[in-house]
Amino acid sequence: MKPQIFTNARIIDPSQNMDELGAVIILDGKIAAIGKKAAAMGVPAGVTPEDLQGHIVAPGLIDACVHIGEPGAEHRETIASASRAAARGGVTGLIMMPDTDPVIDDVALVDFVQRAARDEAVVSVYPAAALTKGLAGEQMTEFGLLLDAGAVMLTNGEHAIENSLVMRRAMTYSRDFNAVVACSTQDSYLSGGGVMNEGLFASWLGLSGIPREAELIPLERDLRLAALTGARYHAMKLSVPQSADAIRAAKAAGHKVTAGMSINHLTLNETDIGEYRTFFRLSPPLRTEDDRMAMTTAVSDGTIDIICSSHDPQDVDTKRLPFADAANGAIGLETLLAAALRLYHSGDVSLSRLIDAMSCRPAQIFGLPGGTLKIGSQADLCVIDPDYPWVLSKDDIVSRSKNTAFENARFTGKVLQTLVAGASVYRA
Amino acid sequence: MSFPHRHLLGIKGLSEPDIIYLLDRADEAVQISRQEEKKTSTLRGRTQINLFFEASTRTQASFELAGKRLGADVMNMSVANSSVKKGETLVDTAMTLNAMRPDILIVRHSSAGAVALLSQKVGCAVVNAGDGAHEHPTQALLDALTIRRNKGKIARLIVTICGDVLHSRVARSNILLLNAMGARVRVVAPSTLLPSGIAQMGVEVFQSMEEGLRDADVVMMLRLQRERMDGAFVPSVREYFRYFGLDAEKLAYAKPDALVMHPGPMNRGVEIASDIADGPQSVIETQVEMGVAVRMAVMETLMLSKANQP
Repeated sequence: MKPQIFTNARIIDPSQNMDELGAVIILDGKIAAIGKKAAAMGVPAGVTPEDLQGHIVAPGLIDACVHIGEPGAEHRETIASASRAAARGGVTGLIMMPDTDPVIDDVALVDFVQRAARDEAVVSVYPAAALTKGLAGEQMTEFGLLLDAGAVMLTNGEHAIENSLVMRRAMTYSRDFNAVVACSTQDSYLSGGGVMNEGLFASWLGLSGIPREAELIPLERDLRLAALTGARYHAMKLSVPQSADAIRAAKAAGHKVTAGMSINHLTLNETDIGEYRTFFRLSPPLRTEDDRMAMTTAVSDGTIDIICSSHDPQDVDTKRLPFADAANGAIGLETLLAAALRLYHSGDVSLSRLIDAMSCRPAQIFGLPGGTLKIGSQADLCVIDPDYPWVLSKDDIVSRSKNTAFENARFTGKVLQTLVAGASVYRA
Repeated sequence: MSFPHRHLLGIKGLSEPDIIYLLDRADEAVQISRQEEKKTSTLRGRTQINLFFEASTRTQASFELAGKRLGADVMNMSVANSSVKKGETLVDTAMTLNAMRPDILIVRHSSAGAVALLSQKVGCAVVNAGDGAHEHPTQALLDALTIRRNKGKIARLIVTICGDVLHSRVARSNILLLNAMGARVRVVAPSTLLPSGIAQMGVEVFQSMEEGLRDADVVMMLRLQRERMDGAFVPSVREYFRYFGLDAEKLAYAKPDALVMHPGPMNRGVEIASDIADGPQSVIETQVEMGVAVRMAVMETLMLSKANQP
């Protein structure tokens, strides 16, 4: 088989501390050579290399938090449509949340997702399994069987497990399988039916607010349980700097704790809600600009390991409603990278840290292929022009749902190509 | 001077001249309601639909009467017999009604922002008759008219708003309007019934009626909903009345000629003592009369506004 060669590429691969101009040689879907050394190898007869004109080659993004409507709400998104959206955003692997209908809490459903992913998806789709049956927060699921079947982590969806004893047992049991328990910490009582960040802005809108403590209190409990049980714990979607402080302290104490947050909370704030724009109704809620700024620092210094899209397709039936009655969530696979590049252009987070947070770290934490361009690894990569100016038009969205928080937003930087195992799955 | 807005969705967005314009027109409308012949032909041939997703007797009746006195054809859509109960969304309901080509929609809904959402989907003027805990602009206007007619002005008056500010759209609209007109606004409530950030909303905040009412020119009481009285926000009715109910003793801290107001319906013995509600300082019935006048003024203004001409 002929090799595939990209020349004149700026290769950024934080997994091997690489940021250099060179070439990428792909053979049999794997990285055969990379960097300056690859450029020096020359081109075999009969192969036409592709000149990338100095654009960036990075390991394909791995999105650690994606909601998909299949099974149960295929009108919003299917595994196939989500994978096409992912490819467009430079995402070569994604972890699918188990909050489907039915909930992915059984081996047969993990099998279903894997079959659908294998047959229909253009990128790698990894199922996350429910931590408790039906995500009800009461009975543990069959961790061992689910993980053996291919689940890559255990999670309880949008809310913290209210019963601390259930959480302790689940974490204790998960340790035996070295599995990651991933949680989005929201205290449903303290949130009290709130729909946006608590504060002056919510008060004027007449909307009930969610205090930051609703995120922080269950997080601090979970971190103590992680210390007690020795389990691997991942806080999936943090939004306030006090949470980052708690993670920082837990890491310093040596606990097996990691954290993530959505790109929305790094690039938007509560004032984007404006006059009740429901596409900005998210869980956790968008916080203040001060919070956003502090969180970019927490990403930059590595306290927050992962940036995810928190892709959550919703249709008009759940979004074209009064703000308080609408569903949470915004899509984000297609804009994850472009939005993240705002942090690079603003000078808040370096390019290599961004790629680390969206590719290398998720692969490391969840033990997934990809997230690296080391020789011999699967050739999952994306080609990025970091300076390409564009505007997101609703008509260009390939996701089945159009509930983007970035409609008509201006971006600088775009994914030009996406390859999964050496095969092109997207080209601009 | 004309009125530049197509809808009345809130006090936010209205300038002081806009407010004065509406109050002046409302003064004229008061005269119409006091004549023997109360019907005018200003809105003859126009269709007004009252769309109330949340139960209301007083406000709906006030809007209905206002429309009829202007000569409009008024239709009441009550939620009980509407397709909303059958799962139709707000926007679909709006589009259906819009297709019937009304000239003005009066909308009340339990969700903040719902009326603004609906206004984006219809081609006629929309009046917010209360949306969740957001705004209730005609209430604030009728309160302002009542104050202005009794005190001759609004600027520099001390107006104390007492009670459940947290859940009150009346409080929000009044805070906006009174600030726009240059009044000094105070709020008095237990901290559980105050919204986050209240101190930055242009008011002075008090937890004691004695301090909050001192030298007040106007005392506005707010209704406390039944479901909030029994331990959820305040421990009991008797404790609430003891500290925050308006009685003669507390009212004595205000100026001797202070006005006592209440948007209704009142809970006698909860937020206000009966003798005060019926007493000489009470203008609660005047508020109801001013309500019809303000609503006539608002509907007439919107209908005749350039923004609503085809």
